[in-house]
Amino acid sequence: MHVVITDGEVTDVRLRIYEPPRFFEALLRGRAFTEPPDITARICGICPVAYQMSSCQAIEQACGAVLDEPLRALRRLLYCGEWIESHVLHIYFLHAPDFLGASSALELARDHRDLVEKALRLKKAGNDIMEIVGGRAIHPINVRLGGFYRTPTKRELRPLAERLRWARDAALETVQLVAGFDFPDLEIDHELVALHHPDEYAITEGRVVSDRGLDIEVAEFLEHIVEEHVAHSTSLHGHIIERGRYLVGPLARYTLNYDQLPLVAREAATQAGLGRECRNPFRSIVVRAVETVAACDEAVRIIEEYSEPDRPAVPVLPRAGVGHGASEAPRGILYHRYSIDDEGTILEADIIPPTAQNQDAIEADLRKLVTANLELDDHDLQHLCEQSIRNYDPCISCSTHFLDFTVERR
Amino acid sequence: MAARSIPKLAVWKFASCDGCQLSLLDCEDELLAVAGAVEIAHFLEASSAVVEGPYDVSLVEGSVTTPQDAERIQEVRRVSRHLVAIGACATAGGVQALRNFTAVDELASVVYAHPEYLSTLESSTPISAHVPVDFELRGCPVDRRQLLEVLSAFLRQRKPDIRTHSVCIECKRRGNVCVMVAHGTGCLGPVTQAGCGAICPSFERGCYGCFGPMETPNTASLSAALHRGGMDDGTVMRLFRTFNATAPAFEAASRAEEKGAERR
Repeated sequence: MHVVITDGEVTDVRLRIYEPPRFFEALLRGRAFTEPPDITARICGICPVAYQMSSCQAIEQACGAVLDEPLRALRRLLYCGEWIESHVLHIYFLHAPDFLGASSALELARDHRDLVEKALRLKKAGNDIMEIVGGRAIHPINVRLGGFYRTPTKRELRPLAERLRWARDAALETVQLVAGFDFPDLEIDHELVALHHPDEYAITEGRVVSDRGLDIEVAEFLEHIVEEHVAHSTSLHGHIIERGRYLVGPLARYTLNYDQLPLVAREAATQAGLGRECRNPFRSIVVRAVETVAACDEAVRIIEEYSEPDRPAVPVLPRAGVGHGASEAPRGILYHRYSIDDEGTILEADIIPPTAQNQDAIEADLRKLVTANLELDDHDLQHLCEQSIRNYDPCISCSTHFLDFTVERR
Repeated sequence: MAARSIPKLAVWKFASCDGCQLSLLDCEDELLAVAGAVEIAHFLEASSAVVEGPYDVSLVEGSVTTPQDAERIQEVRRVSRHLVAIGACATAGGVQALRNFTAVDELASVVYAHPEYLSTLESSTPISAHVPVDFELRGCPVDRRQLLEVLSAFLRQRKPDIRTHSVCIECKRRGNVCVMVAHGTGCLGPVTQAGCGAICPSFERGCYGCFGPMETPNTASLSAALHRGGMDDGTVMRLFRTFNATAPAFEAASRAEEKGAERR
């Protein structure tokens, strides 16, 4: 990260992402239409299900396939597993140590072993869903176009429900814990964008909406959002045409979909002092905890209502066309678009991950933060910036543990 | 008597998805025990505290795809007593090694408006192509039980108990019905190294080779069987050319399919 301060004013803030480029969209050309769920999962080991769900949805749309309801519910269950695992990882391993003055959860474990043990068990509940429904916790193998290779029996799911009820309580305790942290004041004014579904807290599907009137089908996404390649980063920067930067992720979801949260999550939010909206990125840790409650609650509900589907997948036959898919990865909207020919060969692929969409907003926040804290020395300023970047849980969370921070004071 | 010093563990990331290092954090039941047995001296996914090297054991995730990383791996080797490559990227170049079969400028211009901003190499290569590696743990991602086994072995200075036989053996051990024989499902299990626990066949799916080739695989025989089962050249080629595309045995098999397609 590079900051330029000229005569006491911040004149430039650049967050340089040094993930080596891997060219997934190009490598998908010429592959079979059945392959993106497995191949694109490898973009992120922390949120592979998001990649599997968005890619399946896009290709199923191109081929005109519609899932049976029980299969749709099972996908939502799998996705809840990923939310729990990813959110708990972020809350306890990446974010909470900042507030508690520790360098890591492992250091935290020296004084608060019970707390860290509980966090690990909560995270494991998410991974258990991934293993039982998806086959394994990282890069699940059981997802295919149209559904699954094999659906779980009721008997296989039953022990999960019990662990998830425990997890829901542990998540409620997590909300209480993180609500007590000391949060710096920061109010953001970015446009908030999330998927919206009238009947459920949108995870697997929905329309794309914002707090400034955006309300479109996923298929219209690229008519409203553009990606720009800037010289200082391998992550493309997304913005809304004619309006500019926007934010996806927990704050946007919470603010736009508060009414769809299950009751237990809304009550927890109220007790934690959150209103119907949340625009302080430092409080995103509380929102993540509330969403963890919601994911556990949803997972329990889906398992209780589960009846074994008649078939593990609906047939998906290739036909020439274009399909769009979007789902709510733990970090925000993940958009996929595929164009395939009549034999199912992929002609083009577009993937827009959440971190690329948030890049401009993160830089804007950093600029605001640096401006307000110019009196700090470089070391403290670096710490504040690292913490601020972690608010967004970007895919670069781990690299920001060692932010290469330069300040140029002119 | 001088106290025995606690071994230092480091975890490094190159081009990858972070999934293999996440496998370590996914050892929920064992993580605190591991943290008690070693000093986690460099693990950015888990901690912002960085202890200076040298390190007793370095786990390296990811492949080398940029000129900067080609230099960085030399430095990692210099500060590591034992270096263990973990996962398909670190042991075989990973899915991003698909670039090795085509021109990288073309790929860059498909994804990026300004390919000139990028700094990238023509190929994605495993860690062993750059520095000596003390052990290679396979998998996309690695299996966390195997990861713990390798870690324990290096800490106790014994040989890791990692089998190099095929996935078929694991299927037999689990009592799985053979998906290829019973259902005609194409499966790379007969030529793929064990370690995952034969997950795919247990879910009525054919193995897709994330653990790379077993010791002395008979890929020609399997390719012939896949063709007899009705798979065309392109499908067989892609099956070998995905997550371990440049592992020598799989690369040879996919190239043979390419030639076969030209002949037919």
